[in-house]
Amino acid sequence: MDVTIVDYKSGNISSVINSFKEVAKNKVNIEVTSDLNKIKSSDKVVLPGQGSFKSCIDSLKGINGLIDTLSDFALNNRKPILGICVGLQMFADVGYEEVETKGLGWISGKVSKIDNQNGKYKLPHIGWNEINIIKDSKIFKGIDNNSHMYFVHSYQFIPDDNSVTVATTDYASNIVCAIENENIFGTQFHPEKSDKIGLKIIDNFINL
Amino acid sequence: MLKNRIIPCLDVKNGRVVKGINFIHLKDAGDPVEQAKIYSDGGADEICFLDITASNENRDTIYEVVEKTSKKCFVPLTVGGGVRSIDDINKLLNCGADKVSINTAAVQNSKVVEDSSRKFGSQCIVVAIDAKRIDDGWEIFTHGGRNPTGINALEFASKMEKCGAGELLVTSMDKDGTQSGYDIELMQKISSMVNIPVIASGGVGTLDHLVDGIKSGASAVLAASIFHYGTYSVNEAKQYLASKDIPVRI
Repeated sequence: MDVTIVDYKSGNISSVINSFKEVAKNKVNIEVTSDLNKIKSSDKVVLPGQGSFKSCIDSLKGINGLIDTLSDFALNNRKPILGICVGLQMFADVGYEEVETKGLGWISGKVSKIDNQNGKYKLPHIGWNEINIIKDSKIFKGIDNNSHMYFVHSYQFIPDDNSVTVATTDYASNIVCAIENENIFGTQFHPEKSDKIGLKIIDNFINL
Repeated sequence: MLKNRIIPCLDVKNGRVVKGINFIHLKDAGDPVEQAKIYSDGGADEICFLDITASNENRDTIYEVVEKTSKKCFVPLTVGGGVRSIDDINKLLNCGADKVSINTAAVQNSKVVEDSSRKFGSQCIVVAIDAKRIDDGWEIFTHGGRNPTGINALEFASKMEKCGAGELLVTSMDKDGTQSGYDIELMQKISSMVNIPVIASGGVGTLDHLVDGIKSGASAVLAASIFHYGTYSVNEAKQYLASKDIPVRI
């Protein structure tokens, strides 16, 4: 099996690569590439994302044909794809970081700044927070409710249809922190930085 | 609920772990990769490396340490010390660091903070502030605490927030290495002034000091000696904080 981590020159993806390689051992081939053919032929795709919503979208656009290839993979071929952090956020229709920016539009919704309640809550939301699993998800197999995951973000994904939400976390408000819509998965937290429990989520995704 | 973080810090010189007393006298003790792994297995919420390698020819040792550590530890890794440019940051991130802390360069040229937070995202830019008490406040020191700058620490903290720093790592130069506790007043002042997380550093000798650090408003507490010399394990520290009703990840 081939799992491709999309390397679109946005932010730091070495931790994502290290964690997937650690979980995959030698059983699964982990590719790190932006090569369209390799993405097309892979079984699963991971879309990481660091930096701003806009910079990530711009970087995706910077690679000719990448967005079409990813959309084809996720929407037509319906193969499993996992978005991490801004990778998840980009699934939305629109993001409001820096300037209003159109997202991939795979899951209708928007990405807005976390309301810090006039400075009562510090931003970014950095650190370990508990996740409230509100719905069974394939990527949560063997994961206990209220497990701690590592978060680093100031913006949150707000889906139009809450049925895609599989977990939330509490910070200033109820923040959507994991989604599942058929073959499309996403986590706002960083499974690659969430110790053994995070690696378990990666393992679940690889073994879908 | 967001938990308070405990961050063990390892001072690394020429690829080996050391710990300074007041930044000057150093003792040698061990392999940073192994040490980091012990910490992460023990429940450390993050790991911090401070590279204090002085000579340029040995600067590359930290990259190797970071690369090896990031393949073994799956909690966030912050690396600081000698970070001067976007290029240095890029290199560290590519080796597997999750955050980079900038000290002297941020004081000399705040544009490094602006540019790097825009390029890599605020989440990976930590500004390290080394502050020393003066008559009517605190002054920033650079170059590992050797050079005074005349800059007011509180004003600088606020400026760094505006420049895009994701976190502030605040070290009291007066307290560092003394094991007499954080400079609580400094932590309170900076934490209440900025809207980004503050990591308290410098002076931890007992577990109560960690409690005091969190109560001062810091989001995370950093310590080196107490963990490094095995006075307490990270897990013991967390259990103690939990017993004092401080939310931690256990």
